[in-house]
Amino acid sequence: MDATAKHARKAAVGKALPHDSAHLHVSGRAAYTDDLPEPRDLLHVAVGMSSKAHARLRAIDLSDVLAADGVVDVCVAADIPGENNCGPIVHDEQIFATDTVEYAGQAIFAVAATTVEQARKAVRLARIDYEELEPILDPLTAVEKGSFVLPGEILARGDAAAAIREAPHRLRRRITLGGQDQFYLEGHISMCIPQEDNGLLVYSSTQHPDEVQHLVANATDRAAKDVVCICRRMGGAFGGKESQAATIACIAALMTVKTGRPCKLRLDRDVDMIMTGKRHDFVVDYDVGFDETGRIRGIDFTFASRCGISADLSGPVNDRMMFHCDNAYFLENVNIESHRCKTNTVSNTAFRGFGGPQGMFAIEHAIDDIARTLGVDPLDVRRRNFYGIGERDVTQYGQVVEDNILDLIADKLEAGADYRTRRAAIREFNRSSTVLKRGIALTPVKFGISFTSTHLNQAGALVHVYRDGTVHLNHGGTEMGQGLLIKVAQVVADELGVLVSAIRINAADTSKVPNASATAASSGSDMNGKAAQLAARKIRNRLTEFAARHFSVNESTVDFSAGRVSIGDEDLDFAKLVQLAWFDRVSLSATGFYRTPKINYDRSTGSGRPFFYFAYGAAVSEVVVDTLTGENRILRVDIVHDCGDSLNPAMDLGQVEGGFVQGAGWLTSEELWWNDAGELQTHAPSTYKIPTCSDLAPEFNVTLLENAANREDTIYRSKAVGEPPLMLAISVFHAIRDAIATNGNPLPALDAPATPEAVLRAIEGAGP
Amino acid sequence: MNAVTPKRASDASANGMIRFVLDGEIVELRDVDPTRTVLQFLREDLGRTGTKEGCAEGDCGACTVVLAELDRNGTGLSIRAVNSCIQFLPTLDGKELITVESLDQRGTRPHPVQQAMVDHHGSQCGFCTPGFVMSLFALYKSQSEPSRRDIDDALAGNLCRCTGYRPIVAAASAMYDMPAADDDWLRQPYGSDQATADRVERLRRIARDGSLELHGGKRHFHAPRTIDELAGLLDAHPEATILAGGTDIGLWVTKQYRELETLVYVGEVEGLATISESDTHLEIGGAATFSDAMPAIIRHYPLLDELFRRFASPPIRNTGTLGGNVANGSPIGDSMPALMAAEASLVIRSSRGSREIALDDFYHDYQVNDLRPGEFIERIRLPLPGPGASLRCYKLSKRFDQDISAVCAAYRLELEDECVKSIRIACGGLAATVRRAIHCEQAMTGQPWTEDTIAKGMAAFAKDFEPITDMRASAAYRLQSGQNLLRRLYLETRGELTQSVYLYGRHG
Repeated sequence: MDATAKHARKAAVGKALPHDSAHLHVSGRAAYTDDLPEPRDLLHVAVGMSSKAHARLRAIDLSDVLAADGVVDVCVAADIPGENNCGPIVHDEQIFATDTVEYAGQAIFAVAATTVEQARKAVRLARIDYEELEPILDPLTAVEKGSFVLPGEILARGDAAAAIREAPHRLRRRITLGGQDQFYLEGHISMCIPQEDNGLLVYSSTQHPDEVQHLVANATDRAAKDVVCICRRMGGAFGGKESQAATIACIAALMTVKTGRPCKLRLDRDVDMIMTGKRHDFVVDYDVGFDETGRIRGIDFTFASRCGISADLSGPVNDRMMFHCDNAYFLENVNIESHRCKTNTVSNTAFRGFGGPQGMFAIEHAIDDIARTLGVDPLDVRRRNFYGIGERDVTQYGQVVEDNILDLIADKLEAGADYRTRRAAIREFNRSSTVLKRGIALTPVKFGISFTSTHLNQAGALVHVYRDGTVHLNHGGTEMGQGLLIKVAQVVADELGVLVSAIRINAADTSKVPNASATAASSGSDMNGKAAQLAARKIRNRLTEFAARHFSVNESTVDFSAGRVSIGDEDLDFAKLVQLAWFDRVSLSATGFYRTPKINYDRSTGSGRPFFYFAYGAAVSEVVVDTLTGENRILRVDIVHDCGDSLNPAMDLGQVEGGFVQGAGWLTSEELWWNDAGELQTHAPSTYKIPTCSDLAPEFNVTLLENAANREDTIYRSKAVGEPPLMLAISVFHAIRDAIATNGNPLPALDAPATPEAVLRAIEGAGP
Repeated sequence: MNAVTPKRASDASANGMIRFVLDGEIVELRDVDPTRTVLQFLREDLGRTGTKEGCAEGDCGACTVVLAELDRNGTGLSIRAVNSCIQFLPTLDGKELITVESLDQRGTRPHPVQQAMVDHHGSQCGFCTPGFVMSLFALYKSQSEPSRRDIDDALAGNLCRCTGYRPIVAAASAMYDMPAADDDWLRQPYGSDQATADRVERLRRIARDGSLELHGGKRHFHAPRTIDELAGLLDAHPEATILAGGTDIGLWVTKQYRELETLVYVGEVEGLATISESDTHLEIGGAATFSDAMPAIIRHYPLLDELFRRFASPPIRNTGTLGGNVANGSPIGDSMPALMAAEASLVIRSSRGSREIALDDFYHDYQVNDLRPGEFIERIRLPLPGPGASLRCYKLSKRFDQDISAVCAAYRLELEDECVKSIRIACGGLAATVRRAIHCEQAMTGQPWTEDTIAKGMAAFAKDFEPITDMRASAAYRLQSGQNLLRRLYLETRGELTQSVYLYGRHG
């Protein structure tokens, strides 16, 4: 029996420590990829993009580009020594277009020059002869024309059609739901430095260094062993740097290979937003049958998502959408059809929630409509449809919901936010206020944790203890601001019984930890925390075994805490013990490997347990709407969110608050707008409006659920928190609907995002 | 890379060279490229990478730095946050540049602003953080007990995508609680910042007597000191670009990669930024910044407070000028509807003399105005409000703060005996230029101030404009909301609508 299996004392874990880089962030000393010292002979790269949404490339004349000031070289598809592909799953996306371009913004060539300005100016001199083709610019046209990036999927249980037919009430409608740009503050960037013997060192702002390594190797005709990818930190990512970073890295690497010189590609904001993928926008049709109490008897969904020109991550995004269009509700008879539409727009990709938000938006909309049709409080209908405990507890994909705390959270929030009283007061206010109307809504979140592709649920870590007792920590996870690195350091500190300050947190590096999954699916601390804990535990076990032997005591008397080790009657510095162990030739380095247990999913039957567990939360939002202009503002938000036993409450609170505000932006002010030629017109902060400081609700009460230990054996019984809080913001959208509905329009046809224009349209419209 | 070695100051106030203060040292740069930005200089030439580029258009605030300069009396300091990504390097001449690295130069003792941000978990990814720190620093040095609304306003130009802002707002309140007693001016909060003498002295040392000329490569930069000199320069270089705050011209360079051969900078022209008042008019110099002009305007037209608070962001208002906004003449520029409704006029100057033109007559077509080569706006003449008239302005946009209008409408209404004695309506976002709603005005003038008249006005409004659809709003929304704003005007004047969504539930 493992002598140290007794649980490590929680000294660092559970503490609200600051972000490990906070002192560097505030002083400007945190180095992002563009801040790294530039190697001698560095060239700067810019990308030449298609100006057409769909066209055959008749000729590409780059002579003026090559002749421009400072230009050293150009690179087109024909210059690629390996495979011209940057598709992460399906090899269907070219790095540089060859015969046809399929969206306005697609990369056709790259140029390397001495300065950034020279490179960016030069790309504008290309003469490209296009033969224009008819583009498909929206998902509905794609469905009509049978244009898909992947075959459609159906997930069904029971007999939805019959249940809908036989239900006392029935409602059918179509809703549209906009996409969202990740708008990380640091745009995409990659710097590639040639190494001896054909090696490449790639610094990339990426959530997935392993994929960058493999795709760069593939494009440059190298093996994975020849390429190293490093990422210390990203200036935000939100899913936007999960697959998209590889394209940028491939272009920088191809230029490096061609010129033999270090090359850096940094996209400016406009190019970043035009060239890289976003959250999928959807058109959803639903047909729902329900009874007098609002309980759903049967529901049929048809989802059409804008995937853009290639599969990218659209398969798993749409799968997760299908796994989340139940949200918190038991759907006994359900039919879900998912169209993965190919459109002549940028290939859409991961964004916090990864299809979950869209699925949950659809069911919440249906529930809201049911309540408004019946004239009852939507919260009552929500609660009537909640998953049960011990009954009505199986999802449409066959997973039993074993950890249901929906009622617990809803009870707490309903009381804590004084929901019923405020709702009544708002109705009273609206009776006398003619122009300004207020609205309120409570919506829940149940979010499945694990990659839905089971094989991705693995992680590795590498821990060294040096002779002075300090610790070097690596794992496959990347830091994008979420606080992953400090959380994992807290775990390792407690496992070794040292202070967090004794640990050096290091960059994600493919030469340290191989084959790591993307830091995505909210799984970062669950998986890397466990892997690092296992690595540290190996060293601790060796030290324990050594200490017992050396001091002739029983292993059970060896205890590590706060940089000290007690061994029987001895008490010494961790560093002292480490020194003794080194002298005795004990290995002080270890790897850890973790695979998430219990999960499985059989795509052929549409059933299994794709998720290790669920994370829960709920929010009450109150808004005010100007019925003359559609302007709206959030007045108060109350949130109760479940992080399990938090590894670091400060980091988790940051995820909940930040996720909520980001979700509120998605559903209110953030609008992606393409013109009739298929060109994105909202590609900079001047035209694309994420929330600002004053958009934060004047009253914003966030509570992390207490005594909420995860029933599954996760790292210190914590729960993942990266994505789930984003969907708490669905409450904002329904609060706006509530405000409009009390304006004599019971079933407002409100499109998301609820811009002033969309709200005014809903106010003026006659309903669905 | 163009390495630039900061040099010690010489005594010469020479042309071909700019001088500014950075971390207590006087930096001299010779023959700089006039359109090189401060951000490029910091990151590429000095390797001071703390200041970040997030958008290169002054809309995200990651590049925020602070400028200190001698105040009007030449005895104190005036400090302001600016966007270094669109600030041209020569405009630093005679100023002190303060970057995030300046606050804790040795990296050993965080500034109170920095410590508050750490303590309140105000950074996540950290990329926007240096910009927030500098905006907070500007607030720290310019206000002592900011309300939540003051904090929102101070941070309106900084985007954070991670935190949702709550912890940053908390840091903004807490930064004043950090140990303050300190002999370092940078660490002394507003109200107790005494140690300015050294700084003032250094700035006096580099103050320039004459005008500045730079010739960097193919580009030329002139910073004249007098209005006559400015007029003479524009006469000699009618093709020159007049540079004021550069909040638009900066983008011509960073976004459009335009080559600007000759720049004539009006920021150093004495008297051109003056704001004065006669019995009948407020006279606002063409180079007065929004930050300077706004309080003067709001004193007479208090209902414009919301418009100006929502106008761009503090760093933009700190450099952008009212004259520049008017001359630029964007159909969605936010100052012109109010100015036009208030019957403002422009005094236009050239070496040939000056002339006055009503703002009504200034705009001919999309980005075509009445300025001829060699002319510039010397001042804006804003009539003071007459008795019985009120001026209101409404701005509609997707986001309240720092957004560009879909519709911006201003009304000067004079009621007498419950009838419309006069009404002037000017709108942006509804046509190729900001212009009046003449049909609408006519339909309501002389009519009783009733719902019925509003309905007539709304119908007539549709004859005034044929707006376009773009990323900010559809034609239908622009027209309909423009009509509905007339109803808002009506309800407000009758006291039936007393709150705006913008301010609803917000205190301070």
